[in-house]
Amino acid sequence: MAEFFTTAIIVSTVASTFRFATSYLYAAIGETFGQRSGVLNLGVDGIMLLGAFGAYYTVLKSGNLWLALAVAAAIGMLMGLAMAYASVTLQAEQGISGIGFYLFGLGLSDLLFQKLVGTPLPIDGFPNLRIPLLADIPIVGEMLFDHSIIVYGAFLLVPVAAFVLNRTTVGLNIRAVGENPEAADTLGVSVAKVRYFTVILGSTLAGIGGAALATELGIFQQNLTAGQGFIAVALVYFGAWRPLGVMFGALLYGFVAAVVLQLKTLGVIPLGASDLAAMLPALITILALVVAVQRERQPAALTKPYERGE
Amino acid sequence: MPRPETADRAGLDLEMRGIVKRFPGVVANDHVDFDVHEGEIHTLLGENGAGKSTLMKVLYGLYHPDEGEILINGHPTTIDSPRDAINLGIGMIHQHFMLVPTLTVAENVTLGLRSPRGPLLDLDSVSERIEELSATYGLQVDPGAYVWQLSVGEQQRVEILKALYRNATLLALDEPTAVLTPQEVNELFATMRSMTAEGHALIFISHKLHEVLEISDRITVLRSGRNVGTIRAEEASRERLARMMVGREVILEPEKPPVEVDGVRLMVKGVRALSNRGTEGLRGVDLDVRGGEILAVAGVSGNGQRELAEIIAGLRPTTAGTVAIDGVDVTHADPGRRRDLGLSYIPEERMRDGAVRDFSVAENLMLHQFDKPPYARHGFLDFAEIRAHCDLLIRQFDVKTPNPEAPAKTLSGGNIQKMILARELSTNPKVLVAAQPTRGVDIGATEYIHRRLLDQREAGTATLLISEDLDEILALADRIAVIYEGEIMGVVDRADANIEQIGLMMAGIREEAGSTPPAA
Repeated sequence: MAEFFTTAIIVSTVASTFRFATSYLYAAIGETFGQRSGVLNLGVDGIMLLGAFGAYYTVLKSGNLWLALAVAAAIGMLMGLAMAYASVTLQAEQGISGIGFYLFGLGLSDLLFQKLVGTPLPIDGFPNLRIPLLADIPIVGEMLFDHSIIVYGAFLLVPVAAFVLNRTTVGLNIRAVGENPEAADTLGVSVAKVRYFTVILGSTLAGIGGAALATELGIFQQNLTAGQGFIAVALVYFGAWRPLGVMFGALLYGFVAAVVLQLKTLGVIPLGASDLAAMLPALITILALVVAVQRERQPAALTKPYERGE
Repeated sequence: MPRPETADRAGLDLEMRGIVKRFPGVVANDHVDFDVHEGEIHTLLGENGAGKSTLMKVLYGLYHPDEGEILINGHPTTIDSPRDAINLGIGMIHQHFMLVPTLTVAENVTLGLRSPRGPLLDLDSVSERIEELSATYGLQVDPGAYVWQLSVGEQQRVEILKALYRNATLLALDEPTAVLTPQEVNELFATMRSMTAEGHALIFISHKLHEVLEISDRITVLRSGRNVGTIRAEEASRERLARMMVGREVILEPEKPPVEVDGVRLMVKGVRALSNRGTEGLRGVDLDVRGGEILAVAGVSGNGQRELAEIIAGLRPTTAGTVAIDGVDVTHADPGRRRDLGLSYIPEERMRDGAVRDFSVAENLMLHQFDKPPYARHGFLDFAEIRAHCDLLIRQFDVKTPNPEAPAKTLSGGNIQKMILARELSTNPKVLVAAQPTRGVDIGATEYIHRRLLDQREAGTATLLISEDLDEILALADRIAVIYEGEIMGVVDRADANIEQIGLMMAGIREEAGSTPPAA
């Protein structure tokens, strides 16, 4: 146990915390936009899987990582359009249609993988980008400033999302539509437009989250996400619908995952107990969620379709 | 801010001609003509379902009329959406506030508008303009406060500010006084007068006749979707307006013969209870109601009325104090036991708590005693007995239903209330709790319900009437208790009651023991 507390191990644990948190963060920030406008998208995991496969396959065929990101984003966008059509235009029960989208993504990504790839070949992800000067700071530099661009992107997204939600007219529209769509409607804000926008944006980010996962791991397999998209939905609740809170949730989750991995690598956790250990992040999330939900109020119109009328 | 060059563009003449709006099975507006001019307050009066709200939704672009035209300053205009209406200078103060509680006043006001610093919000300049408007029209409110922190009266000011901020020159106010204390109504009327002085045109919607007479220049009455006449306020009287609304003579103030009061039938002592939000909804309430009297509880909505009704009915636990019915402590008794002791209860939410929507009228009439003889024997229902009893009640209480098997949800609000009344009064209760018994009920049914409550008073029932309608309270009550934030501010005899004093208590100003405030 003592060897766990060496500098090298602590540094690598913290560094992988940020890496682990990345894919959750894209998906959860995206989901935050949707939920703040009143739409619960439970299909995130399926969208992440499709995005992950799209990115993996693009890299495999072209070697172009940026093209891979664009493909994943485009897949997310299309899925978002379909999800928004179901939730907003057709006013589907969001919990149920979301599960449908998840199963669609789960099945299709595996089918495409079996048909187009078959045997998993590793790919190269984005190279680490050492930030000049900052990366040279001892310890902290290695923890924070020696990651791939996709990791930096996720964390840059947090203040941007908070700024958009709180300081812009678009953000005000989103918040209003999620709390009292009728009030927004009477002031000429199109509830449908706002919700289409947030759901498509959120799904695009979920697609990118999938791409982040596939490129960071350098691999694709059936059910690569293993429920990350559902955790992302939970993180939105944990973070009380605020980007900063969501980030702390993602970091907590990433940290527990990093510690478990480290302990396994060091042999602290016996092989037989590794499945039990893998439960730990989920367990901690559930506990955190129980505490968080009692404290915070969700957007009043969450999961409620809006229809103009009496 | 938005279109400052038009900020003092006063004067907007509106004419709606031959408006028809049909819904499946109903003609909500049947060739309605309505007009309003600058500097004028034109009241739209009518029962629930007469078509007032439909007409206003047509005006605001929320509904598209099937026939008819709208002229603004003489030009035919189509209004397809609220945005069109706003751009034309039309503002709407909805009966249920259209505010986002989690946003600040300034955010609510600027919602949906372009920002001069777009895409960024510019809440400072919004706040500045709100303060200017507040000063001009006497609408004090803090632009930085969250809407959930505001009182109902303040929230209404935000609604008016929203319209003024958009340079609305024509404002429609849909039942704006329903949620206000008498003093707040006076403030609102002062604001309305200052708006017309600035050249605004106002449409006022209400069913409170004395308010309508006080504030209007002209009054248009709608009945069953039709315009039955437009008259000047000077030519109007309460009786005439009521007659126009209902289509027949209406007794606005029922006869109230003196009744010998009996012993205390309902006693509430030091009762405390939590509200649904977990805050203290009742904070030490003492009330006694004697047989043969109606004790009315006045107050602005949400001050503990619901909690009070529910602790008596046995639907909400008390945290302290006692409740006794006919001398028996029932503080911890279940609702069935309380009914056995002679309690009847007309709940505030008639569709949620008072009736089962999908049950038939007959089943609803039997809810409280279907398991008792003669309606049930050894666990089997006696349908012949039940049918006979229901037929009798339906006739006695004039419940308009196609047949006893029709589902309750197909009845009008007034008839559902009569059905509940029939059920609750059929046991000749010792104690009756009637919560908002005529809210949303048409004048004809209201008249009927009032007469029934007074009949019950003569029969010796102790009635606790909870109402937000002061006219109703003054017409029926023997004594009036005023509730504010879960406390009784004072109890006055009807004979000594005056509106100013009750209004002050409704706003939380306690009655000085034994003294009456100086006449205003």
